[in-house]
Amino acid sequence: MDIHEYQAKELFRKAGIPVPPGDVARTADEAEALARALGGSVVVKAQVHTGGRGKAGGVKLASSAEEAREHAEAILGMEINGLTVHKVLVTPAEDIASEAYVGVLVDRKKQSATFMVSPEGGVDIEQVAEDNPDAILKMPIDPRYGLLPHQAYRMSTFLYDDPKLVKQASKIMGQLYRAFNENSCSLAEINPLIVTPDDEVKAIDAKVTIDDNALPRLPEVEAYRDTDAEPPSETKAREASLSFVKLDGNVGCCVNGAGLAMATMDLVKYYGGDPANFLDIGGSSNPEKVIAALEIITADPNVKVILFNIFGGITRCDDVANGIVEATKQIDIEPPIYIRLTGTNEDEALQILKDAGFSAYTSMDEVVETAVNFAAQA
Amino acid sequence: MSIFIDTSTRLVVQGITGRDGSFHTRQMVAAGTNVVAGVTPGKGGQTFETDQGGIPIFNTMDEAVEATQANASVVYVPPAFASGAIMEAADSGVDLVVAITEGIPVLDMTRAFAFTQDRDVRLLGPNCPGLISPGKGKVGIIPEQITAEGPVGVVSRSGTLTYEAVHQLTQAGIGQTTCVGIGGDPIIGTNFIDCLAAFSEDPDTRAVVMIGEIGGTDEQEAAQWVSENMEIPVVGFIAGQTAPPGRTMGHAGAIISGSSGTAEEKIRVFEENGIAVARRPVDIRDLIKEALGL
Repeated sequence: MDIHEYQAKELFRKAGIPVPPGDVARTADEAEALARALGGSVVVKAQVHTGGRGKAGGVKLASSAEEAREHAEAILGMEINGLTVHKVLVTPAEDIASEAYVGVLVDRKKQSATFMVSPEGGVDIEQVAEDNPDAILKMPIDPRYGLLPHQAYRMSTFLYDDPKLVKQASKIMGQLYRAFNENSCSLAEINPLIVTPDDEVKAIDAKVTIDDNALPRLPEVEAYRDTDAEPPSETKAREASLSFVKLDGNVGCCVNGAGLAMATMDLVKYYGGDPANFLDIGGSSNPEKVIAALEIITADPNVKVILFNIFGGITRCDDVANGIVEATKQIDIEPPIYIRLTGTNEDEALQILKDAGFSAYTSMDEVVETAVNFAAQA
Repeated sequence: MSIFIDTSTRLVVQGITGRDGSFHTRQMVAAGTNVVAGVTPGKGGQTFETDQGGIPIFNTMDEAVEATQANASVVYVPPAFASGAIMEAADSGVDLVVAITEGIPVLDMTRAFAFTQDRDVRLLGPNCPGLISPGKGKVGIIPEQITAEGPVGVVSRSGTLTYEAVHQLTQAGIGQTTCVGIGGDPIIGTNFIDCLAAFSEDPDTRAVVMIGEIGGTDEQEAAQWVSENMEIPVVGFIAGQTAPPGRTMGHAGAIISGSSGTAEEKIRVFEENGIAVARRPVDIRDLIKEALGL
């Protein structure tokens, strides 16, 4: 789960990391009041779960509370990468002598948390990795021992020469690692970590992604979830325990298993179609889940045809068949449904569907090709 | 022959009395697996009944291993307790721990994986379907009826997509030595290379199917390893050609980060290293037939 910058800064503050003050505003009035309280010279920053806010005009410097109000008016309601801005962060403008990058993430190759630091901050770190890989130091952290003092010192001296700065940075690394661990992050990033003209090291931007698997034990972090920041279909899917990602095509897909769901989308493309979504209904496919899945898929006006691809292992095909029949009784579904079922209780499932007037297939290629052809003519 | 499990495997089921654990224990027993014990804290002394007789339940892995000389375990414990169960198993003297559980926090796994490595215990998973050696037994949840004995090794990050591929092989009359699901999480124990190396040493495996997906670089490293070390043919498939970047596609590990981990990149590296890549799942069957000279 991605959280907003202002929420990430709250977690950082709790861990002791020096973060400038500031608060979030939902209206231009609130933004103006916050700016006034902060002395007028502020930055107004769009709070959305996407990068490139600055380039899109979602981050603006103001020299007075009135100007902050104007910026907030312009930014609130703006769309950045398809996401609407509902909140802005108002925070003091800082004088910057230098900018660095400090991040911790889970490195799959090292199979551990790994720090990445660079004296080239304030820019896209992936770009730095491409253009100037020597400007990045990577430090894998052994989960048995955590971040060790010599590692924090080594990274800090990679960023700074001045011992005063090295000392502050070492402390921040330790605090960042603690925040990363205590909040079960998959990413915790300070970009940039700045040095002010009077030699103070501070985090002026924060980006945190929380491991979804850890959310059940982190109720305070779960409370950061902002359902305004995601499409309604994804909120509904999460509440029904379905894995769902909306795409732009017109072939609605409902599959059991993530790998098979991706392979089904790929096959739609192979036969010349475009998938409308990724949807994994998971292992135990009770009728309620199938109904929720069909509601989510049919809410997308682009969908011209619905494709089921079920490989019964743990999932019983007859459960899914019953779910489809039940769902079509409960909700009005306009696009035709093409169904492929094979595996556990396949014969029972085919009978259930036949009795209800559906036709079903047992080959994945056949059903995908048929559904794609229908969508092309619709 | 087979890899990682065979007829000498003596299995403990951790979480044997839970919904998934109890269902799959009966399936594993029916597939010929020697399930010697179950563990559920607080239910020690009870017996788990199956058609082939009762299985004793213990409170701890230590007691189970001491009483039954078990050498492998399978974990069906809920996610909040699963990393603890993995470490308990690794401390009990078994050589193989198969973690089926989906949804274990990633940082828990970094610790549990290091713990198993320190004790030289093979961990398979988590968030995996386990493995099956047709005719010898299975550990996990792969449906036995879609498999058959034969010369092909299968290794995959996926569950149902693997079933699809295996089902098509079996229907075409091509059986398997062992089918292994390594799991869809970012941190997993046994990886592609571990499985490929084991298949290379298995005299009965004459070709291997490797099924990958978007995210990470495991497939790319495995492809490099194949070109340097494998003598038997490998056929590949990568799921997620239509996946958008930056989104998790069901499996926690299936995510394109920036520009790395795309299906295009993986397919290219497979082909550069002499691995024939199936464009559709159904093409896996035909490429394997070709590889086996059928």
